[in-house]
Amino acid sequence: MADLHPDSAYSRDRHADPGSAIAFSPANRVRFEALLERYPTKMAALLPTLHLAQEEWGWISPEAVYYIGDLLDLAPATVFGVVSFYNMYNQKPVGKYYLQVCTNLSCMLMNAYDIYDDLCERLEVTPGQTTSDGKFTVTEVECLGSCGTAPVVQVNNDYHEDMTVVKMKDLLATMK
Amino acid sequence: MKEKDGPMEPIKVLTANIDKPNSTSIDTYIESGGYEALKTALGMTQEAVIEVVKNSEMRGRGGAGFPTGMKWSFVPKNAPKPTYLLCNADESEPGTFKDRVIMEKDPHLLIEGMIISAFAIRSCPMSYIYIRGEFYYAATVLEKALAEARERGFLGKNILGSGFELDITVHRGAGAYICGEETGLIESLEGKRGQPRVKPPFPAVVGVFGGPTVVNNVETLACVPLIVKNGAEWFKGYGIPKNTGPKLYCVSGHVKKPGVYEFPMGVNLKELIYVHCGGILGDRPLKAVIPGGASAPMLLPDEIDLPLTFDAVMKAGSMLGSAGIIVLNDTACIVDSVWRLSKFFAHESCGQCTPCREGTNWMESILDRIERGEGKPHEHDLLLDMADNIGGKSLCALGDAAIGPVVSSIKKFRSEFEYHFTHGTCLPETKRYRRLGMVAAH
Repeated sequence: MADLHPDSAYSRDRHADPGSAIAFSPANRVRFEALLERYPTKMAALLPTLHLAQEEWGWISPEAVYYIGDLLDLAPATVFGVVSFYNMYNQKPVGKYYLQVCTNLSCMLMNAYDIYDDLCERLEVTPGQTTSDGKFTVTEVECLGSCGTAPVVQVNNDYHEDMTVVKMKDLLATMK
Repeated sequence: MKEKDGPMEPIKVLTANIDKPNSTSIDTYIESGGYEALKTALGMTQEAVIEVVKNSEMRGRGGAGFPTGMKWSFVPKNAPKPTYLLCNADESEPGTFKDRVIMEKDPHLLIEGMIISAFAIRSCPMSYIYIRGEFYYAATVLEKALAEARERGFLGKNILGSGFELDITVHRGAGAYICGEETGLIESLEGKRGQPRVKPPFPAVVGVFGGPTVVNNVETLACVPLIVKNGAEWFKGYGIPKNTGPKLYCVSGHVKKPGVYEFPMGVNLKELIYVHCGGILGDRPLKAVIPGGASAPMLLPDEIDLPLTFDAVMKAGSMLGSAGIIVLNDTACIVDSVWRLSKFFAHESCGQCTPCREGTNWMESILDRIERGEGKPHEHDLLLDMADNIGGKSLCALGDAAIGPVVSSIKKFRSEFEYHFTHGTCLPETKRYRRLGMVAAH
């Protein structure tokens, strides 16, 4: 990680004491130990451990990268390499409601971009940006495997199918 | 298969349970004869189970259509390392949404299929379902079903007193299309970036954690209990020789009734769209059909009177793939549609092989430029030239997949590309499905 640009959130210079700043809650520590039982190597538990970390902290912070590296005997660079490869690991904090609009072909043909544009306009954000109150983040994502009920918007872990601009607006109103 | 004397009727074989109340519960599954096939299989030899699957002529439902029984028979019997059965539930091919139905509505069908398959290939005590991370709900349904199966003794140390030991772990991916490629999936399961491996060695010899590995699609594994229970001949009763069995077809895009449809392998594509899916959205003319997920070359309206079998679709110059059928009516701009697919492949290229990493990104930029009306004449030929330098020049099939829609659309809709060059805009009947900022508005 040493050669990361100093402006990168993951640059070591920005973290005086990486790895010691955070730790799993006792409950998640137990879940982590249980994960290790399921695989013949420690490294194989990396993806589920990252999911656990994201569940606990909402994103994979640099501290979490160092912490997980220590837990699984992996170099921070290896952990970061995996974090940055996969789309679902957030490399910066996201809003309380993470709105992911599928715009791949089947959804696009059913007007997904209208929903996407409307969301960005309504919430006054650019794609990937979080609203200033920390409530919403909007992004465009690739096929979510729900093409028969297109367009689909994933809000945190849940799919909302057969969406329209109006339905999305109504859904937003329920998100406090 | 009968000669056509009317539309083929949909069937309920793989989808027999999905509409039942509490379809995910183990009791519902057992009441409808579930886990009987497991008992039968455990009373057979491993070779006999492989033989019946071989005789069924089932071809893998993940996309490549490789015969499942043959895949199993490649696994060495006395390998020094444990053998693994992996279920590929990474369903990420745009247009495909069939495996999710099985996992969310009838998880025990998949679990029973996995136990039988693991028994047949002598898989070690742990087997994995690699499910795409976004399918959070499906993963929770599977976890619950696995707990039920453990409680009833269908999983564990001594399954139904046979001495066979197996447990199954649900392993969630984290958003990467490439992890649906079997060696990418294996790398990802090992905790790495999902970059496909050089083959050989093939996974059947050296796969996950260094052991022999079989990777099978959800729908493939879900067929296994049915084959064991009803026999290879019963399975072959659906479809035509070499393209056998019940099959789930996913239809999306511009049709009136999109969704998952089950038919014997070989339903007519035209009939599927016009009869079963209620025809084209808005009663508009059909423009193109993608028959097998984003990677499959497009078919023109006069090319769709064909049975949806692996061989027939290949003969028509495309592929059945994962049977994700995307229908486009005349409001879809071909350049816009292909741009969107190219954007997908550029985003999902794992970055390992230069032709694919660089090529997919360049194709996306050029298509975007053409769509914006800023393309230079002959850039469609440039795309074809690039396609020649991407296809077959990378480790896995993603590069080939990425050129499928590009090459087929330029060949079949050349004049629409040229219209963009000469007019700087899309055809008048097409709709703007995405905004292009200040540039070339309709």
